[in-house]
Formats: sequence, structure tokens, C-alpha cells
Amino acid sequence: MKSFHPRLLKPGRYFMQGNIATAEAALIAGCRFYAGYPITPSNEIAEWMSRRLPEVGGVFIQMEDEIGSIVAVLGASAAGVKAMTATSGPGFSLMMESVGLASMMEIPAVIVNVMRAGPSTGIPTLVGQGDIMQAKWGSHGDYEIIAYLPSSVQEVFDMTIKAFNMAEKYRVLTIVLSDQVIGHMIGKLVVPDYEEIEIIDRELPDVPPEKLVYPFDNSRLISPMPIAGAGYRVNYDSLTHDERGYPSVDRDVSFRLVSRLVRKIRENEKAIAEWEEYYTDDADILLVAYGCTARSAKEVVKKLRRENIRIGLFRPKTAWPFPWWRMNELSKRVSKIVVAEINMGQMLHLVREYSARDVEIVHAPYAPGYMPPPSYIENIVRGVYGA
Amino acid sequence: MSSSDRFRLREFAVTSLTKYYEGLEQVIRTDRMPHIFCPGCGLGIILKGLAEAILKSGIPINRHVGVSGIGCTGRLPGYLRIDAYHVTHGRAVAFAVGLKLANPELEVTVVGGDGDIVTIGGNHFIHAARRNHDINVIIVNNFIYGMTGGQYGATTPTGSYTTTSPYGHVEYPFNIPLLAYASGATFIARWTPIHYAQMVDAFLQMFEHKGFAVVEIIAPCVLYGERNRFPSYTDMVKYFRDRCVIDHEADLRKIGISLDPKEPLVIGNFYKVRRKTYEELYKELIERVSKEGAKE
Repeated sequence: MKSFHPRLLKPGRYFMQGNIATAEAALIAGCRFYAGYPITPSNEIAEWMSRRLPEVGGVFIQMEDEIGSIVAVLGASAAGVKAMTATSGPGFSLMMESVGLASMMEIPAVIVNVMRAGPSTGIPTLVGQGDIMQAKWGSHGDYEIIAYLPSSVQEVFDMTIKAFNMAEKYRVLTIVLSDQVIGHMIGKLVVPDYEEIEIIDRELPDVPPEKLVYPFDNSRLISPMPIAGAGYRVNYDSLTHDERGYPSVDRDVSFRLVSRLVRKIRENEKAIAEWEEYYTDDADILLVAYGCTARSAKEVVKKLRRENIRIGLFRPKTAWPFPWWRMNELSKRVSKIVVAEINMGQMLHLVREYSARDVEIVHAPYAPGYMPPPSYIENIVRGVYGA
Repeated sequence: MSSSDRFRLREFAVTSLTKYYEGLEQVIRTDRMPHIFCPGCGLGIILKGLAEAILKSGIPINRHVGVSGIGCTGRLPGYLRIDAYHVTHGRAVAFAVGLKLANPELEVTVVGGDGDIVTIGGNHFIHAARRNHDINVIIVNNFIYGMTGGQYGATTPTGSYTTTSPYGHVEYPFNIPLLAYASGATFIARWTPIHYAQMVDAFLQMFEHKGFAVVEIIAPCVLYGERNRFPSYTDMVKYFRDRCVIDHEADLRKIGISLDPKEPLVIGNFYKVRRKTYEELYKELIERVSKEGAKE
């Protein structure tokens, strides 16, 4: 039976801002360390954590930059404490170096990226969905991460808890790709009884230190994680390392290590990926949308269904791993696909890659800065449908 | 060199290094010998000194954690039989901050070169010093980027020749003790590997000190020496022997290093002051919050 701190958010119904719900969810998930750097539109998360973490015996620190923030988060997690940071586009870009570090050292951590309009400084106060690809491909070399796409206050709460669980379970960096609309939206939140909330903690070695010869054992996808100070005296290396943790330039060592780091997520992608379908059973035209854009897309489906237009919505809830098998199945049943997102074409590439060859794919990009109104998506759908 | 020559040389290195580190097997990963450091490099001696200090520290070995970034010096904690984290370039201090805050019981020591700590990692270094985290930072200053082949860095003396300053270096170098002092470090020392006993003693004081401790070790580097005034691999060591002046009371503004044979190289235990650490202040904050309740 897990114990829950008496000062966590109590089960019940709330009307809460998305960013604050994110922070409360992290505390319930067991997060006790936050390092961050001020950046709009994620600031409420840091402000709330600076107030709440000391109440539950955790530590908040405002670092000198986003680079230091994510690195301190990894350090705290290496010492056995669940840790997170929150940021937005420019800060997320600065953190890319350590996305690779987290992967190489297999240190669990959570980044909440409240996406804003880019590129560069862009429009800090307005929404964007421009970090879908960066989340997966922004750091050098081969690695895997998990990334969630919340589209409501309730979902950003649920997904933040899940992000910690997945990070701990797979010893992987997990990213919550929230956005300015979801982060600043005030909406309904139901906190269930704690017993109903699943909390996963990383597996620790159960052998005495002298028996742990290969802390980075390649014969299993995920090894128990020795914590700093626990007596295992492990060398964690950002360099390509063998199963003892020692640096190596051997090609077999490198191939085995990188394969395992990637396989531990790819071989579990069906257990990790999530999506929502809305009127897809008999759909002839499929809308693909996620995050705040999916809210407008759903309205379009509702409206056009009243006109007996056979439209459905496919909403990936994880960008990474992308539910590609389901995308492929659905693409075979429809004649047209419309991808709506607040960027000039990111998830579009995934839809193209995994859809059947003969389906027509149309992109509905929206200028970063605003959430597309339903009418915008509706007009594009009508154009495609010829209605 | 033939492959059999290389093999014999390697065998010789393993035997001599294993003998050199005899008695320290508890804290040195002798199974990783030979280490990668060049003959004439100061890092092998610093490794031994740090291992000895860890053993003498009275702090259980299991509580010692080493953190490092990239570069020759970044490889040092990996040769210690302790929990070690070899992270990305320049980020060791930030990683150490996270480790220490998450578990204040750990004795966290960052070991990094001048490039790692005060050049690419300069921002993390000055801010961690300002906050007075209770961590130790050993900066091995060899005036150059050794691992990448000898490029200039933030401590390279003006006029030096390096692979990226073939016409002579035109920048001014950092004075590390002064930088540490201005940033808020609460323990500052500088030694060289040839002052072995004093170096080990400085490491022990650093472990004992509560607060941000900086020990700069001026180290000989053959890559730096061969392009400058120290062509033979013993020349820099001879220079340290002849020109080092121990002055614990030195004015930190006047101890920048030029490596000019006419100038003294000032070393010593320069500064020590007790100031509450970030960890202590944050612990007090937590206690205050749990007593008085949250801010409305």
C-alpha cells in the first residue's frame, strides 16, 4: 500500500488551471524535486511547485538556465528522487542535449513542455504545436522518448501522473507536450481516490553490491537502477559504455547498447501508445488532430455528422510512440485524411508515413499563435469533401 | 611501433600503474588500468591524491559521489571505485547540484578541467558558487583542451600557441580563484600535483568544509608544453618546482597565471568562510513551512 502525503491535492472535483493541475499531478505521482527556469507560458507550474514542494518535503530550485535545470533534474533522479522540469519552446531547445543524456544514462525524468508559437522567441504568450518533431529528433544520435499530448485539464493531470509512471517503468525521459491553451485553460478536474491512481516506482537492485557485476545488462531491456549512495558504486557514463558501465569504442558494445536503448521502447510501443477515436467506425473522411486543436476538430465532427457527412476523428494521445498501426488500419478504410495542427506540417509526416498509399492526405496548417476555430477546419474539410 | 611493441608497452603501463596505486584498490578501479592519461600528465597523481583523500576523509566510501563532464579530467572519477556520473560537457556542476539537493547525505565532488568547468560550464559554476551549494569542485587547470588535441580555452595565457591560436593567443585568461571568490565560493585553494601532501590536505579540507569548495590544481600538460616554453614533458613540472610560491594570504586579484618563467605561480589555501549552504537554508525553509503552514 502506497502512502500519500497528507498535503497532496485531495480527491474531489475542482475547477483548475491546466498548469496548476500539472503541478498537483506531479506531486501526487511522487515528484519531490523541481528545477526550472522562468519561461512563458509554463511559469504557473514553477510558481506552484515553489509553493507546494516545501509543504510535502520536496525541493524547488530555480536554476541559471534550462540546460542546468534538466541536468539538475537528472542528478536528483540519479539520487533516487522523482524529478521534473517545465518549460516552453526556447527552453525545450536548450534541453535537447540532455534528452540524449537521459537516454544514455537511463535516468527517469519528466519534462512538461507547454508549447508556444515559434520559431525562435516567437510569440511567448500564444499557442503553438511546433515541438512534435523536436521532442523525438532534437537530440543527436539514436534514442527513444515517450511524449503525451493532453487536450484538456483533466488529461494534462492524468497524463502527468502517467508520464512519471512510464519514466520510472522504462527508465526513460518522458515528455508532456502540453500547450499554451491547455496550460492556461481553467477547466473541470476530478481527482479520483488515491487507491484508484496507479503509481509506479522504478525497480531497484535486490542483490548485494558485490553481486551487481553488470548494472547495464543487455540481456534484459530494463535493468533495476542503482541509486547514488546505495553502495553499488556504479560508473554511469554518457559515453558509449559496456555492461559494467565502462566507456568503450567497441562496435559490438555500441551496437548492443544503442539497440537496447531503442528496443526497450519500440518493443513496448503497443503497451505505451494511446489514442482516442470519435465516429471512426463508418468514417469516409478522417480528421487527425491532437492537443488543443483536437477540441476544435471534435466540434467539426459533431457538426458535420448532423449533416450526415461520414467524418471521424483520430486523436493520438501519444506523439511518441505514435500509434502507427491504428493509423494504418484507419487509413485503409477512408478515402481522405485531413491533418489539423498548429504548425506548418509535423504530425502530417507521421500520417503520411503510416497511411495507405492510395488515400488522399490534406494538411490544415494553422498559423502558430492561435488555436484554429472549428470554422477554419470545417472549411478545409468541406473543400476536400466537396460539400 | 609494431603491435608487439604496443602490447609490451601496455603491459608495462598496467604493471607500473597497478604498483603506483597499490594500497588504494579499495577506491581505484585498477581493473581499468592503464588509464588514458599521457606520460607527463598531472592527472594520474591527482587521481591518487583524491583516492587517498577519500580513504582518509572519514566519510564512508559509499557516500562519496564523483561527477564529471568531458575532457581528460572528466575521465578521472570513472577510475574511482565510487558512484560516478560522467555527464555531458560543462554540465557536471548542475548535475551535482541535483544529486546534493536530492540527498544531502552524499559527499558530492565534481572533477573537471578548465574547459569543462569555467569555459563551457562557466554559467553553472558561478551560479552554484553564488548559491553556496555544499559541493566540492576540483578544477584541473592545464591551460588547454587536451582531449580534443590542444585548442585554447578560458585559462590559456595570452600569447600562448595552441592548435587554434597558431599566431599566439590574443585573449586574457580567467583567474580561477578570483572568479570563484567573486561568485561566492566559500573555500578556495590552489595547488599543483608536485605539492602532493598539500594537495591531499586541501582535498580533505574541501570534504570537511560545508559550502561551495573550489580547489584549482595547476597541472602539467604535454600538449600545452610542447608548443610553448616547456618542450620536454618534465619542463612544466620543473617550472612548478622553481616558480611556485606558497602564500595563503595572497591577494586574489594578483594571482592570475601567465606561465612566464620570470613570474611566480602563487599557490595556497586562500580562502575559507562559513556561510549557510543552500541545503541548510532550504531545510530551514521546509521546517518553517511545515510549522507555519503554506503561503496563502
